[in-house]
Amino acid sequence: MSIYQEQILQHYHNPSNNGILQNSTHSSSRNNPTCGDKMRIDMIIKDNKITDISFSGEGCAISQATASMLTEQLKGEKIEKLNNMTKEDIISILGIELSHARLKCALLSLETAQKALNNPKYNEKR
Amino acid sequence: MNTINTEKIKKDFQIFKNKPNLVYLDSGATSFTPDIVVKSMDEYYYKCRANTSRGVYELSEKATQKYEKVRRKVKNFINANDESEIVFTSGTTASINLVAFGLKDTLKHDDEILITASEHHANLIPWQRLVNNENLKVLNISSTGEIDLDEFKNKISKKTKVLAIAHVSNVLGTIYPIKELIKIAKKNNPQIITVIDGAQSVPHIKTDVLDLDCDFLTFSAHKMCGPTGVGVLYGKKTKLDKLTPLFTGGDMIEEVTFKNSIFTEIPHRLEAGSANISGVIGLGSAIDYIENIGIENIRNHEIKLLEYATNKLKETFGDEIEIFGPIDTKKRSGVISFKFKSYHPHDIASILDSYSNICVRAGNHCAMPLHNEVLHVLATTRASFYFYNTKKDIDIFVKGLKKVEQILK
Repeated sequence: MSIYQEQILQHYHNPSNNGILQNSTHSSSRNNPTCGDKMRIDMIIKDNKITDISFSGEGCAISQATASMLTEQLKGEKIEKLNNMTKEDIISILGIELSHARLKCALLSLETAQKALNNPKYNEKR
Repeated sequence: MNTINTEKIKKDFQIFKNKPNLVYLDSGATSFTPDIVVKSMDEYYYKCRANTSRGVYELSEKATQKYEKVRRKVKNFINANDESEIVFTSGTTASINLVAFGLKDTLKHDDEILITASEHHANLIPWQRLVNNENLKVLNISSTGEIDLDEFKNKISKKTKVLAIAHVSNVLGTIYPIKELIKIAKKNNPQIITVIDGAQSVPHIKTDVLDLDCDFLTFSAHKMCGPTGVGVLYGKKTKLDKLTPLFTGGDMIEEVTFKNSIFTEIPHRLEAGSANISGVIGLGSAIDYIENIGIENIRNHEIKLLEYATNKLKETFGDEIEIFGPIDTKKRSGVISFKFKSYHPHDIASILDSYSNICVRAGNHCAMPLHNEVLHVLATTRASFYFYNTKKDIDIFVKGLKKVEQILK
C-alpha cells in the first residue's frame, strides 16, 4: 500500500492549523537534519488545556500531513493527552505503515509539540 | 572506444536476477557488486583464511600475498610511483581523517586550509577540527557549479597549507579542473599540500596521480563495484612519510618498550591492526572488473546517459525541473541533482520507489552547507548513473516523475 493515501494528500494540500500563533504561551522548533525538514509548533495553554495550536515550517507530505492531523487531534484537549502520545498513536492517526526513514518525518510534529510542552519558557525569537 | 553491452553486463550481477524490475539510480551512494567480486572474497574465506604479515605458515603467507598483490594493482590503476604509496583504509572518510590528523602536528595556528563550497561533509569536518574557523577558507561555487579561477588564484597564498577538494562533486556532478588547480596552487605556494577526494571520480573517470600531481588521493571500494568498508589513501612517499599515524597498535611498529615505540615504514605504519583482508581482495577483483570493461568506455557510456536524461527531463518537464550543476556534459559526471516543482525530495523518492521500483537519493547528500548556503534549497533529489544503467532506466525514471506529479498535483 502506498503511503500517499487520499486522506494524507488532502491534509498535505489543505492543512489545518497551519501558521504562527503570535500570542502563544508555548512554542518550539525542531529540524530533521537528514532531509532538511523544519517544524515549528505554537500552542496557547490555559489551565492545562491546549486552547489553540498551530504548526509551520517546511517539509515533505508526510511531515506536513501528520502535523495537520496531530494539531486537529490536540486542539481543545488536556496537555496530558499530548504528554502521553507515542509513536504508536501517530501510526494509528496516519493509518499507514512507514519505513524507518519516513517514520522520522511523521514523528517530527509530535516531538516538536512535546518539546514545547516541556519547555514552557522556551520562546524562539523569529 | 567500445560501446557497453548492458544486456550482457547485467548478467554479471546476481542482484539484477533477484530484482529484475529494479531501476537503480543511486550508484553515487554505493554501486552494485558483480558476482565475481563476491566470489573472490568467498575464496579468501574458503581457501586462505589467515591473518596477513603475522603467521610464518603457508596459509598466512598466501593471504599476505593476495593482500599485497592488490596494493600493486591499485598502484597501477591510479598510476602511482610505488606500491608503498598505497594505504588501505575503511573508506574515503577514514582516508581523509588519516591525512587531516596526520598533518595536525605540522600545522601552525595561522596556517590556512582551502576547500570548496561543494565539499562532502567528509572533506569538510576533518578540516574544521584542524584550524580556527577564520582560517578555513571556502571557495565559492557558481550557479552552474563551477570554480572561478581568478578567485582561486587569489585565495591561495603562502599561508595556505592545505588544498582539500573533491575531483567530482557528489551533488553537482562537476568535474573540477584538478590538474590546473594543483598547478596554480603549487605555483602560488610550492609547499602546499593537495588532498583530492576521489570518491566520485575514481570509479568513473581515468585518474592518474602523476599526471594530476596531487599529494594525496582518497577513494572508496564500494562506489566502484567493490565491497563496503574498504578504501584507499594514496600519498606521495615523501608526504605519507610525514603523517602522524591516527591509529597505533599492532603491525605498525619496529620496536616497542613500555616507555616508547618506534613505528615501521609506510604503508604499514598507517595500517594499524588486522586489515579488512577479504575487502581488500574484493577491491582488487573490482579493479580487474572495471579495467576489463574499460574506464574510458564507462565514462563514454555515462556521458550518453547524461545527455539523454538531461534532454528528456527538459523536454518533458521544461522549467518545472531545475537541474543543478554544469550544463556541459564534458564538465559533468553521471550525476543529476534536481528540484521538481515544489515537491519535497522525500516525497519524490518515496513515490518513485513505491510505484516504479526506482532508487534515487533524497536529502542533502552529506553536503548541508552547499544546499543551505549556495543552492538555497532544503534538499535535492539525486539520480546517479553507472555503466549498468540504460536509456530504458531513464525512460522509466521520467515516467515515474510523471506519476509523482499525478499524485502530488
